[in-house]
Amino acid sequence: MSNAELDAISADWEMVVGLEVHVQLKTRTKAFCSCSIEFGAPPNRNTCPVCLALPGALPVLNAHAVELATRTSLALNCTVQPVSVFARKNYFYPDLPKGYQISQFDKPLATGGWLEIGARADGSPIRIGVTRVHMEEDAGKSIHDRYTGVSAIDLNRSGTPLVEIVSEPDMRSSEQAGAYLRVLKQILEYIDVSDVSMEEGSLRVDANVSARRRGETTLGTKAEVKNMNSFFGVERALEVEFIRQVGVLKAGGTVQQQTMLWDATRNEVRPSRAKEGSHDYRYFPEPDLPPLVLATDWIEKMRHDMPELPAQRRTRFAKDYGLNEYGVDVLTANPRLAEYYEAVARASGDPKASANWVMGEVLAQLKHTGDTIETFRVRPADVAELLGLMRDGIVTQSAAKKIFIQMIATGDRPAQIAERDGLVKVDDDAQLVAWIDEVLAEMPAEAQRFRDGEKRLQGVLVGAVMKKSKGRADPKQLNQLLAGRFTV
Amino acid sequence: MTPVSRSAAQLRDDTAAGGLSPSGTVKAAIARAREVGAGPERLNIFAWSNDDDAREHAANCLDQMSDTTPGLLLGVPVAIKDNIATLTLPTTCGSHILDGYVSPYEATVVRKLREAGAIPFGKTNMDEFAMGSSTEHSAYGPTRNPLAPDRVPGGSSGGSAAAVAAGIVPVALGSETGGSVRQPASFCGVVGVKPTYGRVSRFGLVAFASSLDNVGVVGATVDDAARGLHVIAGHDRLDSTSADLPVPVYHEAAAGSVKGMVIGKPKEYFPETLDPRIRARCDEALERLKALGAVVRDVSLPNTAMAIPVYYIVAPAEASSNLARFDGVRYGLRIEGDGLRGMYEATRSQGFGPEVTRRILLGTYVLSAGYYDAYYRKAQQVRTLIAADFGRVFASGVDLLFTPTTPTTAFRIGAISDPYEMYMSDIFTVTANLAGIPAMSQPIGLVDGLPVGGQFMAAHFDEMKMFAAAYALERAQAAQGRA
Repeated sequence: MSNAELDAISADWEMVVGLEVHVQLKTRTKAFCSCSIEFGAPPNRNTCPVCLALPGALPVLNAHAVELATRTSLALNCTVQPVSVFARKNYFYPDLPKGYQISQFDKPLATGGWLEIGARADGSPIRIGVTRVHMEEDAGKSIHDRYTGVSAIDLNRSGTPLVEIVSEPDMRSSEQAGAYLRVLKQILEYIDVSDVSMEEGSLRVDANVSARRRGETTLGTKAEVKNMNSFFGVERALEVEFIRQVGVLKAGGTVQQQTMLWDATRNEVRPSRAKEGSHDYRYFPEPDLPPLVLATDWIEKMRHDMPELPAQRRTRFAKDYGLNEYGVDVLTANPRLAEYYEAVARASGDPKASANWVMGEVLAQLKHTGDTIETFRVRPADVAELLGLMRDGIVTQSAAKKIFIQMIATGDRPAQIAERDGLVKVDDDAQLVAWIDEVLAEMPAEAQRFRDGEKRLQGVLVGAVMKKSKGRADPKQLNQLLAGRFTV
Repeated sequence: MTPVSRSAAQLRDDTAAGGLSPSGTVKAAIARAREVGAGPERLNIFAWSNDDDAREHAANCLDQMSDTTPGLLLGVPVAIKDNIATLTLPTTCGSHILDGYVSPYEATVVRKLREAGAIPFGKTNMDEFAMGSSTEHSAYGPTRNPLAPDRVPGGSSGGSAAAVAAGIVPVALGSETGGSVRQPASFCGVVGVKPTYGRVSRFGLVAFASSLDNVGVVGATVDDAARGLHVIAGHDRLDSTSADLPVPVYHEAAAGSVKGMVIGKPKEYFPETLDPRIRARCDEALERLKALGAVVRDVSLPNTAMAIPVYYIVAPAEASSNLARFDGVRYGLRIEGDGLRGMYEATRSQGFGPEVTRRILLGTYVLSAGYYDAYYRKAQQVRTLIAADFGRVFASGVDLLFTPTTPTTAFRIGAISDPYEMYMSDIFTVTANLAGIPAMSQPIGLVDGLPVGGQFMAAHFDEMKMFAAAYALERAQAAQGRA
């Protein structure tokens, strides 16, 4: 597969994509019992009669899961239904202990939403419809490679609350599918409903893809593509499957409605061995749970209490802090980073300097140490204090960077470090001139060449003085004083 | 007076007063069980029983005596149906598929019994997974009617009704999906109560058909049943379908009367084909109620004829899903086969008996794509019509309905082999389950020496009225008997 191949067929053929995204909700306990949902516990530790499906056990709906699912629905511009109904999806599998999954079927929690994934050339937004958001529970895990000849079952995940977010078939390229997923992930991070980690399985994507000749308005037969473990994988899988389907159609064949599994290591899709069409889930309303009735007032309160969404925050950062588009993009990419920046900006009263420092020094240090902004040791108030020391001329920028490293290492406040490590700016002319004279004496050749008019050596000389001052001198002041040494 | 002939109230009062020890009561119950032949060699009342287990529970129940107010069932032995989860004896639902299964948790109703001072006494035999009307369909063999051992005790709570009828315990827990407490109570000449759906927690009751299942109570007398129900009733946050409403003191209905009550006599429950002797017992009961000041009014519940077909769609549909968990993976029976599918097939086809298999197949069929609308959806629609019939009658000023509990008295073991004929045994009882209303059966006389049950039905959560009438009728019958 090559981009050239994709480009070639894309002239005549159009990709049509709809996505089904399963998101694990960040509750403390499971959807229908009080077991913990922590990731990584020893197998079958987080289980009880309910999520083991012992005889006689009954589900009790987790109210927090309903809150998070409702917040998700509202953030995706859906209509939250005042009455939704849980249903049983019946099938046999060893990691599905009840023999059915509690889900929602013909009366889902929310319907009719959308999200914007960018803008067209003419500036109009590209909107992708969200068909529905419904609540359901996760299954356990079958482990086939741990023991020879047998499979093992881990039911820690059994009963973990999920929302399934189903899009309309509104995407027309793998790039749009990728953009949809990135926008969706960012929204879910902002409203803090999920860890949204594809690696840990807290966000899973199944894609429905079909191909049609450009200009056609009816949908072609779709295939479902599964088993992708990254957004990048989703985009590649869609391209590979699209090329496969176009090949079939061009040869006069028909696309089979089937499930294809993505193989990331081989960069190919292959038909799932599971028999399709044989599934009859025998959905019926879950008699152990009454219909979920949500009061209008409650839904409105959830809407009112909605955290700021990424688009709102971008607009506000541009307006309130005068940031350019690049700055807005970098600082709002992650809600925790945005909150960090905003705390620094508010404490320092200097949004520009704060933006420069957070985008420059903070991100560089995070990259260097491998920390995330959530675990970053330096408090925003201390960064603001450091910016204040610079603004007030108490430390130089060069000294500030040294102080910042010490703040990360020790957790101490910047003024303390400046004092203790002797990094307070020296602006006493006599001291600075003394250092300049020492440098001129130590570097007579360079001094002479500078005196003879080789002005580019000024940087070398000032750098040497800066080093002697341990960064405590102001380069601008040094330049003036250096020039002064030769005008006499 | 031996302990076993004492009522629940007497046992409790005598135990609280120190005149009776729980271990002595249990000893007498064990002796009574031996005397009547409760074991598998004769009546086969218990699926699981263990004298030491009962003695241990008796010793534990003494803890309740230190309380200022003794529990309502202090020192009262209570038998428990084998589909209600208990911590010590197995919980097997009369099925091989749960061979050896002991629940690691306890049903809410059992916890409430123990907290009220009751002594759990054995797990009673039942039709497998409560599917049956005779207790012949148990993996542990049929139970026999203590009053006529060649006959069935009814079912599916046949073991519970037999344990009370045999005088081993004054109170037993059963379960109802379509009459499984009332019908055996009728056959065994005891009292059987099915409370309003949601009145009693189902947590720990192994599900058959979740929207129809109730824990019910069998009592030797109306008072025994009323006290039993009072103890187990109430909201349970572990059962989302349980009602958060205050629980009346049901045995205080003993002080009530039927004077001025309007008792409806639904014509659909008195068809021309009804055994005239059963009709006669019902008419006698209605005459007594009239004599006590009740007004008897002819009423109609026109959708009654649809109840059995609706029941045999809804109940198997839910059962086919509820019984999916018995798959050989985690607990109970597992029979290895060719791969995963082979294991499923071997385990389930050998673990379930023929009646359970029949209903799972029936339920799977009616939920299948293409049949759902024609069967399950239609049945649910008709179910609402049946419930609406009751709603309309009760809204028209009728306080209670009175009907025969069953169309026949206890039949001979093996007499009914056609499943459909067996299903018709529940024709007068399934309606209350479909509508979710409370109903109870109590003895109203004999036909050929076999007990006949009369049934009261009431509006949702109107158990007090039902008990008031039951107490009054029972007193009137006793007075007549003495006269």
